[in-house]
Amino acid sequence: MAPQLCRIPQSSPIVQPSPIVQSSHPPESPMPASALLTVTHHVPDQRERFYRLLPDLLAADPRAVVLLADIGAGYVDIPAAVADRVINLGIREQLLVSTAGGLALAGMRPIVHTFAPFLVERPYEQLKLDLGHQDAGAVLVSSGGSYDMASAGETHFGSRDVALLDTLDGWTVHVPGHADEAQAQLRAALPGDDRVYVRLAGASNARPYGAGPGATVLRRGSRGTVVAVGPMADRTLDAVDGLDVTVLYLPTVRPFDGAALRATLSEPDVVLVEPYLAATSVPQVSAALSGVRHRVLGLGVGRAELRRYGGPAEHDAAHGLDVTGIRRSVAEFLS
Amino acid sequence: MSIPTATTTDTGYAGLAGLMTRMTGDEKHAPAATSTLDVLWVLYDRILRVRPDRPDDPDRDRFLVSKGHGPMALYAVLAAAGFLDPSELDGFAEFGSRLGHHPDRTLVPGVEISSGSLGHGLGLAVGTALGLRAGGRGARTIVLVGDAELDEGSNAEAVQYAGRAGLDGLTAVVIDNGSATHGWPGGIAARFAVEGWATVDADGRDHEELYRALTAPHDGRPLVVVAHVEPKGSH
Repeated sequence: MAPQLCRIPQSSPIVQPSPIVQSSHPPESPMPASALLTVTHHVPDQRERFYRLLPDLLAADPRAVVLLADIGAGYVDIPAAVADRVINLGIREQLLVSTAGGLALAGMRPIVHTFAPFLVERPYEQLKLDLGHQDAGAVLVSSGGSYDMASAGETHFGSRDVALLDTLDGWTVHVPGHADEAQAQLRAALPGDDRVYVRLAGASNARPYGAGPGATVLRRGSRGTVVAVGPMADRTLDAVDGLDVTVLYLPTVRPFDGAALRATLSEPDVVLVEPYLAATSVPQVSAALSGVRHRVLGLGVGRAELRRYGGPAEHDAAHGLDVTGIRRSVAEFLS
Repeated sequence: MSIPTATTTDTGYAGLAGLMTRMTGDEKHAPAATSTLDVLWVLYDRILRVRPDRPDDPDRDRFLVSKGHGPMALYAVLAAAGFLDPSELDGFAEFGSRLGHHPDRTLVPGVEISSGSLGHGLGLAVGTALGLRAGGRGARTIVLVGDAELDEGSNAEAVQYAGRAGLDGLTAVVIDNGSATHGWPGGIAARFAVEGWATVDADGRDHEELYRALTAPHDGRPLVVVAHVEPKGSH
């Protein structure tokens, strides 16, 4: 019986059966179908960087084991020396997370990857029990974000991931805005035994602003603070051009750098710009400013289903997460 | 293997009833608790290479109780094997007790997984067995599930993958007390066999038969032992 601990066949599909997604780009391209709509070509793709980094991560840490559920299996190119530590379980997402828990209990460091809804929503109880309740850790790496595969529709949208993880204890949540940040966060997560979620996005900023976990001050102003999370940074900077506000950059949202928010606060008016469910981090802002009378506005992806396809830029606009929408919301809130 | 099997001779099998009574009073034991008693005894007495003085030994066998319901038999056997002080059984399921109606691995020495919600143990066992194999350790991973627990679809994912992967470090013990609401026409073993497992049916009350089943050769394949006990509600 040939064990499955072997090189992953290159013919494996990168997505669950979804001809809409696969037909948009040559199957050789690791870039999500939608990423080209919001990312200029010279900005490295986060997901592609993750796949290329895997051989290094496996070689650097003998505890590291990569777990896949078909997604990405056709794109990782793993040297034979570490191929026995890349395991494709097939389209079995409950098993994906349970296996991660078992590997962690046996002393390994699982790196678990699939699209956000299949990594966080479908196996939610496995996250709660087979990692959290077992007091076990793993590095979860999602791709697809909130609607990177816009044409795939609601089944492939992952805007609820961070909010769901907020119901659980002990998760570090990275939302890198650039492939270099994602790479640094992945490397830093590997030696630990804790629970880490890295949310890879199709959209990236033109350059890295810092890999966290603390905030980076992008600019200072006196009329309030706008907190831009991960890939929202560049468009937020464009949106507040000419407005007298501080802009903080957060590539890590859990733990939330409330100290930086307090330390840089001018007027106690705070706008969050998050690439997932709107207002997800409002409780963190409220906690950070609990001693201050303040106002907070949480921008992000709306709760209502749009039932639209198209591209991510159109969804950005529909959720008010493009430059125009962010500027309108911030100006209105501060007026 | 450097670790001997646990020593369960302090009270012997005959002493388990007294240990159970410390948790259940003089009432008849709950079916879920007693259906597993003989399997647990044989495992701790003769199969598992675990030691109460080395509970974290990386080379120990891993015994995962997926079916966390009715853990009194488990606690009784752990007490007999020296993992628990029998006096701790008296406070079973009280607020200050480490011993609840579903076991918590972070509280109870010798308990490898926290369980209670059904359908999690087989997947955890697949990961544990893969981890031991990747780490070059020869320890066995044995997971206890119930026939009704197999209703949960998550088990199918684990059974399928373990069979295809030839995960021979993994053994599943299914306690079959006929409690699955819609039954398993054709039997439980057949469902594992078709996925590539070695299968043995055994009398879940016969210690010699259970021992032979648990030590059955299964080169290159995971092993399932279906331990048949009297149907739920019949005792």
